[in-house]
Amino acid sequence: MTDWAKSLLEGSRRALSRILTFIENNEASAPALMAALYPHTGKAWVVGITGAPGTGKSSLVNVLIKAYRAQGRTVGVIAVDPSSPFSGGAILGDRVRMEEHSGDPGVFIRSMAARGNLGGLSRATRDAIRVFDAAGFDMILVETVGAGQNEVDIVRAAQTIIVVEAPGMGDDVQAIKAGILEIADILVVNKADRPGAAQTVRGLKAMLELGHPSSKESLISHHGRLTEVPVLPATNTHEAIWLPPVIQTASLEQKGIAELITQIEAHRTFLTDNGKTAAIQDRAIELELYERLQASLLQRMIRATPPAQVLDLVRRVRQREIDPQSAVETLLTQNDGQP
Amino acid sequence: MTTRTARVLIAKPGLDGHDRGAKVIARALRDAGMEVIYTGLRQTPDMIAEAALQEDVDVVGLSILSGAHLTLVPRVREAMDARDLKDMPMLVGGIIPDEDKPALEKMGVTGVFGPGTSTDEIRDFILKIVAEKRSG
Repeated sequence: MTDWAKSLLEGSRRALSRILTFIENNEASAPALMAALYPHTGKAWVVGITGAPGTGKSSLVNVLIKAYRAQGRTVGVIAVDPSSPFSGGAILGDRVRMEEHSGDPGVFIRSMAARGNLGGLSRATRDAIRVFDAAGFDMILVETVGAGQNEVDIVRAAQTIIVVEAPGMGDDVQAIKAGILEIADILVVNKADRPGAAQTVRGLKAMLELGHPSSKESLISHHGRLTEVPVLPATNTHEAIWLPPVIQTASLEQKGIAELITQIEAHRTFLTDNGKTAAIQDRAIELELYERLQASLLQRMIRATPPAQVLDLVRRVRQREIDPQSAVETLLTQNDGQP
Repeated sequence: MTTRTARVLIAKPGLDGHDRGAKVIARALRDAGMEVIYTGLRQTPDMIAEAALQEDVDVVGLSILSGAHLTLVPRVREAMDARDLKDMPMLVGGIIPDEDKPALEKMGVTGVFGPGTSTDEIRDFILKIVAEKRSG
């Protein structure tokens, strides 16, 4: 086992921090580290928190940390912020909302920039979650701005997904219903002390009822994957289907936080008690294996392909000598991608 | 494929509430392709050192306009050293008189940037430090 992995398992925060960097940069040492740490994972519960900018995700994470610490549980936080599409740089400011936990050895907060590399963020986030898990944190909170597929992929690595809304964005329900809303296990209307919270709650509940399972046949969508649910006797229906609750919170006043914690626990119990965890894990692992396979094959192909050949094909596509798909077929046949 | 991006912590220790300079620097470094962890106002030395540890940054940049740099800087350095961050370089910017530069450098500060420094100068300085660190 590598020295860093050993130090991490012995509780070194410096090792945790260094390993997160190696993972994020995808350095040569990363695969061996992950292989060494993987047997030590699987104990933490991972909560994903997503929503539009300004809905108060970081403040919500801050009060969740406080509540979990009061229960004696340790908390790791991964806060993902977007990278600039122009410079590649980023300003990561989520810590500002969480500074009160600075001196607490039971809390570790790490900011990550999205960086925008091909599927790389999703891989890096999954690995970062496992590093926190191996380090022994009880709860891992993954916070990300919910804007697109990339972010959906990130929170999908979580076991319980919280989608955060805020009053006054009610009209956006239309915009989010096809994307982020359907991955929610729990919906939170934050800033509920502001006017319009009740309308937002009504809007969300109306959306949920549209998708409410009918008595004949039902589809549940868990973590974005549609799964057919067998027709169950009426008495069992409620036990087999998780209907996302809508909770009102006000982070600054800590209103609704106890209920949110209760619902996170209820969701955890629901997944565990109904024996769903193995099936959900299998699906998530399958998805992850394909994702990693895709990335690895791409890397292998890129390494095996002479840059000059790519440039030549680019020129030919531009001059309409060849179409893009035929260019790719050419690359595939001429370079077998063996390392 | 390894992708390394310079990570910089920008922090304001002490009690002065003027963070425009810190924000201008943060923005300039972002535009230079760096990842800037911005921690906000009124940070204690321990908060800064803890953030530097958790974020594993390449450089810590302190913005001090209160005149308390000779008091604050050694405390931040001490808090960082206590967390095994002896090799993590520290830069100081703000209202720093030229005559205090040697004292700050003695306290383990790698670069001091007083009034009138251009953001390009700070950017280039950080890029140089990071490049040296990576090759070394």
